[in-house]
Amino acid sequence: MTVSTKIILRGRRVCGGRAEGEALVTRQTIPGWGGVDPVQGVITETQHELRGVSFTDKVLVFRGAKGSSGWSAMYHTARLAGTAPKGLVFNEMTTKVALGAVVMRVPSITDLDQNPLDVIETGDWVIVDADRGIVEVVKRAR
Amino acid sequence: MQLTRDEQEMLDGRKGKATQKAMELLVRYAEALGAERFVDTRNVAGVPGSANPFLQNYYTDKSAEAHVKAGPAFDAIFSHFDLDSDELVEVPSSSVPTYHLQGGADPTAWQTLGVKVEVFRNYQEREAFAAAHDVGILKTCTPYLAGNVPSRGEHLAWMESSAVIYANSVLGARTNTEGRESTSAAMLTGKIPDWGLHQTEHRYGTHRIDVDVDVRSVMDWGMLGYYVGDMVQERIPVVAGRYSDAEIVRLKHFGAAASSSGGVEMYHIVGVTPEADTLETAFGSRMPIETFRYGKDERRRVYDRLNANASDPAVDFVMLGCPHAAIEQLREAARLLGGKKVSENCALWIFTSRAVKTQAHDEGILEALANAGAVLLTDTCSAFAQALPPGTKVAALDSAKQVHYLPAILGIQAWFGSTSDCINAALTGRWTGEHP
Repeated sequence: MTVSTKIILRGRRVCGGRAEGEALVTRQTIPGWGGVDPVQGVITETQHELRGVSFTDKVLVFRGAKGSSGWSAMYHTARLAGTAPKGLVFNEMTTKVALGAVVMRVPSITDLDQNPLDVIETGDWVIVDADRGIVEVVKRAR
Repeated sequence: MQLTRDEQEMLDGRKGKATQKAMELLVRYAEALGAERFVDTRNVAGVPGSANPFLQNYYTDKSAEAHVKAGPAFDAIFSHFDLDSDELVEVPSSSVPTYHLQGGADPTAWQTLGVKVEVFRNYQEREAFAAAHDVGILKTCTPYLAGNVPSRGEHLAWMESSAVIYANSVLGARTNTEGRESTSAAMLTGKIPDWGLHQTEHRYGTHRIDVDVDVRSVMDWGMLGYYVGDMVQERIPVVAGRYSDAEIVRLKHFGAAASSSGGVEMYHIVGVTPEADTLETAFGSRMPIETFRYGKDERRRVYDRLNANASDPAVDFVMLGCPHAAIEQLREAARLLGGKKVSENCALWIFTSRAVKTQAHDEGILEALANAGAVLLTDTCSAFAQALPPGTKVAALDSAKQVHYLPAILGIQAWFGSTSDCINAALTGRWTGEHP
């Protein structure tokens, strides 16, 4: 066992609040309608690296949103179904991901001073303090 | 955020509770984007008040309660889902011209789509709700083929990625890919964040695509679009090179594909689209970030990828009309069927808008399709409605967008090819499409 290290990233608040959870990281953009099952909380797109993986209660660390304009409605539905992620940390701002974060009502941060995809790995513990624009990463012992 | 006086009045509740809730949502959304102001819009296309069975069930008790307590103008789905409001509000009519995109089920053939009667009744109720609130019922993903054709420079708040990319790129109108909640909020306020594609400096090309193989047919344009979306994701491609016949149907398929494999909301085709008279104009005199070459090898890889989910040549379902078929495509389907009958082992469904179906009826095309055993359907599509003929295992499609979505959503095999390949499959029950 190695000692866990803590990393701090600073960025811009997209949607306020504070949440923490286990990171689910993908370098791919995340689909909305037609590529996700919001009631089950899983990605379903056939060629996606997270196909079949649940995002429920995870801090989703990803490049950005893609695909259908139904993006926000899918993740809004996930909130109602209780399957939404706990927080979002992402690189590329689009209307899809902005509106999605707002209606999911989860703490979300973008425009970070380091690329979160280089720093955060799936399984790390991540604290998203959106009001302060801070992402705190506790690396999982490996 | 800088708010104008009328925007501040809306936010203060002086234009009614629903408009206040709509403005609150738009402010949260604009702040999330980092937008500094709103732009006025008088052209909204969304799905206001619509409900799939999940939402219908989720809000059923609340809806019934609302109607009893507060009256039918208080709508739980519109309040809580469209406006993301915790408070139930009385919903006024749209304040700016607003149109309903695809959704629900064909009102004359919902049973063909396998829709249960109680679900169809709910669809009808939600459509009546929208119509009663002055929402134009277009029920199509191609509003630009059904009467809503924006002008160059017009600011829109549109949903539906294939319609957004068409409006921006082909018509030169200005819209980001809006969502369910932002379009419904725009319907009440006539406002949308002034961000991204509303601003000239964000409409220039970022990536260059050199087309080095002939792109002519609908299938060619669809494959090129799928390639481009995959390469540039949500950036703005400028396409130059060997292409021809860039008309409505081909650009519809190109854009739908690019907004499925990636998140493209705007593209330029040099010498074709209105903001791309020249390469320099399209790039706003900036240098492309990256240049990609689309040649024979790239085309072959796209074709293989689009056919990656299919192996069984026994086709039992052919679906055309994604995005919704233009009248020219219905005419072509009828011509390709040539008076023959669809195989008894196969079904042929073609989706279009109610407006185009009416025209097809008047021109005798509807009768020709029906005589061949094809079924013309409106309002939705197989992917959107999650509807297939019973027992479907292997589909054939002429749309890169539909082949991107349908196997993922319904777990079937799907072949991709030309319209002619698909009609042949419908007539014989066999897939014989080949690499171009």
